[in-house]
Amino acid sequence: MKPNDFTYFPLGDSSFLIKVGNEISLECHKLIRALVLAINKEKIEGVVELIPAYNELMLIYNPLEINYTKLVDTLKEIEKNLNPDSLPPSTIIHIPVCYETEFAPDLEIVAEKNNLTKNEVIKHHSSIDYLVYMLGFTPGFCYLGGMDSRIVTPRKESPRKVVESGSVGIAGNQTGIYPIDSPGGWQIIGKTPIKLFDTERDNPFLIEAGNYIKFDSITLAEFDQISDLIKIGNYAIRKESKLG
Amino acid sequence: MAEIRIHKAGILTTVQDLGRFGFQQYGMPVSGAMDTYSLKFANSLVGNNLNEACLEITAIGPTIEFDSDTFIAICGADMQAQINGIDIEMYKTIEVKRGEVLSFKGLKKGFRTYFAIAGGIDVPMVMGSRSTYLRGKIGGFEGRALKNGDQLQLGMSTNKPQIKQISNEQIPEYKNSFTARIIPGPESTYFTVQALTDFLKSEFVLSNHSDRMGYRLKGKTIQHKTTSEIISSGIAFGTIQIPPNGEPIIMMADRQTTGGYPRIATIISSDLPYLSQLQAGDKIRFKEIRLVEAHELMREENLI
Repeated sequence: MKPNDFTYFPLGDSSFLIKVGNEISLECHKLIRALVLAINKEKIEGVVELIPAYNELMLIYNPLEINYTKLVDTLKEIEKNLNPDSLPPSTIIHIPVCYETEFAPDLEIVAEKNNLTKNEVIKHHSSIDYLVYMLGFTPGFCYLGGMDSRIVTPRKESPRKVVESGSVGIAGNQTGIYPIDSPGGWQIIGKTPIKLFDTERDNPFLIEAGNYIKFDSITLAEFDQISDLIKIGNYAIRKESKLG
Repeated sequence: MAEIRIHKAGILTTVQDLGRFGFQQYGMPVSGAMDTYSLKFANSLVGNNLNEACLEITAIGPTIEFDSDTFIAICGADMQAQINGIDIEMYKTIEVKRGEVLSFKGLKKGFRTYFAIAGGIDVPMVMGSRSTYLRGKIGGFEGRALKNGDQLQLGMSTNKPQIKQISNEQIPEYKNSFTARIIPGPESTYFTVQALTDFLKSEFVLSNHSDRMGYRLKGKTIQHKTTSEIISSGIAFGTIQIPPNGEPIIMMADRQTTGGYPRIATIISSDLPYLSQLQAGDKIRFKEIRLVEAHELMREENLI
């Protein structure tokens, strides 16, 4: 294992960035995930919260509780002992998605642009474990990696004023789920009955950076069934450990 | 349960505390008071915990009727507050009686006024905070700005105010131009030497496309050397991003958690309350200081 070589840079007087690399890669992601786990385990007084991103981790601290230099020294110590190869296995979260026309106004466009049938698009979209690199943009929005290049489709020329929460879309080589109603230009190819973000739940967010998402194709009838189960608080999301 | 009735809401009056922390890793904005300094002063004058929910009043004051005898305090922008048509002092504990009405004659100085009431505004706690996140329609009073006719419940007041007045030297003075002190950002090397000089030597004007999420600045455009994008990463309250058009954006209370434009600098915590009191047309300059100085300023302020 080669030694880590992170850079530390203040972002104002109450946070700093730890840069682990210069690109979007699985390697950087693993380093960030290992760092997050190690920092959380250490329970350092004065650390307020962490914002993991692709190649940087932002650490927010209270300078009245901890000295910046001391904190960076502690982090460098953590860095020295960091081993991204001994991470616990990731969790795959199964997200049921209905790709039927009612919820998939742009499925036809994605199929046409890529010379595929609609079923082929669904198959390519729902047969991958997507890595959640980070969350951001809106509450609960996951930046996913790993989409099949055969279904790459540019954004819509004019964005929709409102895309309903739960909508699943494609923009360029990215795919994602809208966690809240928002304007958006993604090609919408399906919808999940699952609420990625719900302030009424004990844990408002279902997914965190480092998880994988697997889309499971469901029928319209299953969509309604799951919606009903969610309403009565009786739907358990399928989760499994990612092997290897 | 004691209540206040909002006869007129003003243009943007929201419930805010010190913000919603702990969920930024999930993309959840912090929100909270833009000017935390004034919110804390107001709370301290009515015997509240410093993090209690207050009203953040923007530009135009509301009209508020009280249904019980209680204490209030007004801090931040001077909007010429009155009780039943008689001027009241700011930065002071004010006793109000049932049936009395608080109103504001008009904005004189600053931009955001903080109204605290004994016991605080009792809206549901959402993810550890009562702050309103407007774009997400989360928290505060029904996730939105107040409207005419709203009735807000008050919390139980347990402590008598310990402080009755803020001393003159602690009361901030707001002007129409402000020099914000900054810590250079991780991407300051993305800019030409000329651009960095322009950034520190020229004057910017706060554009009217500014809100609780971000302040847009007009002035000399800041040129990137080659690229105007970075791999999306974290941003803080006060971080200044330079988008492709070269016009700086300062990230404020309702900012996203991450951004994709080069971060040229971040404004120090002690200056954010002043920044929050600027309005469109006001002038901003930047001045670099060292991190240790910024921390020293925070410590001095905390002794107050």
